Amino acid sequence: MSVLILADHHDGQLAGTTAHVVAAAQQIVKDSGGDIDLLVAGQEVQSVAEQAAKLDGVNRVRIVDHTVYAHQLAEPLADLLVRLADDYSHVLASSSTTGKNVLPRLAALKDVAAISDILDVVSADTFKRPIYAGNAIATVQSADPLKVLTVRSTAFDAAGETGSAAIEAVDATVDNSLSSFVDERLEQSERPELSAARVVISGGRGMGNGENFKLLDGIADKLGAAIGASRAAVDAGFVPNDMQVGQTGKIVAPELYIAVGISGAIQHLAGMKDSKVIVAINKDEEAPIFQIADYGLVGDLFQILPELERSL
Amino acid sequence: MKILVAVKRVIDYNVKVRVKADHSDVDLTNVKMAMNPFCEIAVEEAVRLKEKGIATEVVAVTIGPKAAQEQLRTALALGADRAVHVSTDERVESLAVAKLLKRVVDEEQPQLVILGKQAIDTDNNQTGQMLAALTGWGQGTYASKVDIQDGTVNVTREIDGGLQTVALKLPAVVTTDLRLNEPRYAKLPDIMKAKKKPLDTRTPEELGVAIASQVTQLQVETPAERKGGIKVGSVDELVDKLKNEAKVIS
Ligand SMILES: Cc1cc2nc3c(=O)[nH]c(=O)nc-3n(C[C@H](O)[C@H](O)[C@H](O)COP(=O)(O)OP(=O)(O)OC[C@H]3O[C@@H](n4cnc5c(N)ncnc54)[C@H](O)[C@@H]3O)c2cc1C
Ligand SMILES: Nc1ncnc2c1ncn2[C@@H]1O[C@H](COP(=O)(O)O)[C@@H](O)[C@H]1O
Repeated sequence: MSVLILADHHDGQLAGTTAHVVAAAQQIVKDSGGDIDLLVAGQEVQSVAEQAAKLDGVNRVRIVDHTVYAHQLAEPLADLLVRLADDYSHVLASSSTTGKNVLPRLAALKDVAAISDILDVVSADTFKRPIYAGNAIATVQSADPLKVLTVRSTAFDAAGETGSAAIEAVDATVDNSLSSFVDERLEQSERPELSAARVVISGGRGMGNGENFKLLDGIADKLGAAIGASRAAVDAGFVPNDMQVGQTGKIVAPELYIAVGISGAIQHLAGMKDSKVIVAINKDEEAPIFQIADYGLVGDLFQILPELERSL
Repeated sequence: MKILVAVKRVIDYNVKVRVKADHSDVDLTNVKMAMNPFCEIAVEEAVRLKEKGIATEVVAVTIGPKAAQEQLRTALALGADRAVHVSTDERVESLAVAKLLKRVVDEEQPQLVILGKQAIDTDNNQTGQMLAALTGWGQGTYASKVDIQDGTVNVTREIDGGLQTVALKLPAVVTTDLRLNEPRYAKLPDIMKAKKKPLDTRTPEELGVAIASQVTQLQVETPAERKGGIKVGSVDELVDKLKNEAKVIS
């Protein structure tokens, strides 16, 4: 039993989700005592590899530095993983847009199933995963020789950072004539990453427009919160797509989630209902969000938000 | 150029599913079914490409039981020209779906295949990527913009940090995200016309694909239900509860 994890990283930073994937891998090798290797593929990723080497439980960080991997395109990354996969029983990645893009491609190239978004490791071949927007949890068992899994990072505690794994370069470049990178527009934010934040405050259609999202800023500053949104708020153009929380957006499970002007559609709940404490602010006392909120406050958000900012 | 669109019949997105008492699966008896919302977006995109004169033919394909022909008729009413139904009553996992689609691709030779990014029943988010692997084509997943020019498709993708644009050599696979377009509604005359459009039926056996999966669903449970809490009367009460009862802020 040995596990290869495709590490997520950006701008020389290892993504926080990787430590959670390592925790899932630790459960997989728990009984067999097998190895956990991390693959860092990209361009100028030495510092990422150094961060990855600190994660507890990692035996080796394998680093592949080449322009072909610079933008994490699926075609070359899947080809790279195909070359390495034979040494492993499991290949894991987080359920990030990179993980979900690359791993199914790897799985099909290896003629095995992919299992998406695991929440729990029952044993090395049996996993739990959400289906139907999280309204049911399936336990699935794989008889494939290689298990290809994406991991819902909020479902696993992060591995610690006291390790010192060896870093080894892998010499593997692949051709990519299928796809090329054109450009990227990434949202810059000083705030914590949505999927890793301790507090998340999200706005919905009730916010009215993008300008009004500023009402969340002061509160987010005081609480060290990330700001999220419902699909309706994103579709209406109030805020960028990367802020969407839900079945088809980001999955969050913070200590505190504050939903403001969000009705509570099942697709939204799918992305936040595992939060420890949920607060809902909505002027409609019948809004479904109140059925799952620990603390509901009925009223007009335009009055409530300034007051809340003052009293924090 | 020809575009192939894969559509899946799934539970209607407004319906909250229930788990069967024996925990073998979810209960779909008498549940309202519909085309997967991401597939509606895929059909819409293909039809728009045809309306723009970029596509010459749009072929819709589904894999599933007889009843899934309803979703093919919907695709035809929305503007697809023809449909292919790969008929099976078995449960077909993403890898087998991708293999069946690959066979249809071999026969139809489209320049572009558009799929949804995710089916809202299994929430797999795999099939497009798998089909791209099996065809050896490039993949533009989570598309919010598709732009075709001389042998290339530029796909703007919704990724975790924002947007990324990639250029793919055609033929290629694209999967749709929510903001690619807003699907139209089928008009009654189009629904009538769709009944006469060609619909071929095939079987996995004819296509030479074994659909058995190595993954077995052992059981299905209802997640721990969250109990509703309380309504608070004021901001002050809320802040007090968060500090002193829930202890999530200081
Ligand atoms: C395939 C598919 C995938 C989807 N994926 C997602 C997803 O990932 N994430 C997601 O969020 N949605 C998703 N949706 C959409 C989802 O079904 C809902 O449409 C959406 O979540 C609604 O957003 P909302 O609650 O902001 O808007 P609405 O439902 O319109 O609710 C607005 C709320 O604001 C309240 N309000 C208005 N004004 C005020 C005020 N002044 N003060 C206080 N309250 C006020 C109203 O009472 C109302 O409850 C998906 C849908 C589909 C079909
Ligand atoms: N049985 C099926 N028939 C046709 N298309 C399918 C089927 N299953 C999945 N797809 C396509 O693949 C997309 C993603 O599905 P999935 O990978 O299962 O989440 C869907 O939106 C469809 O376009």
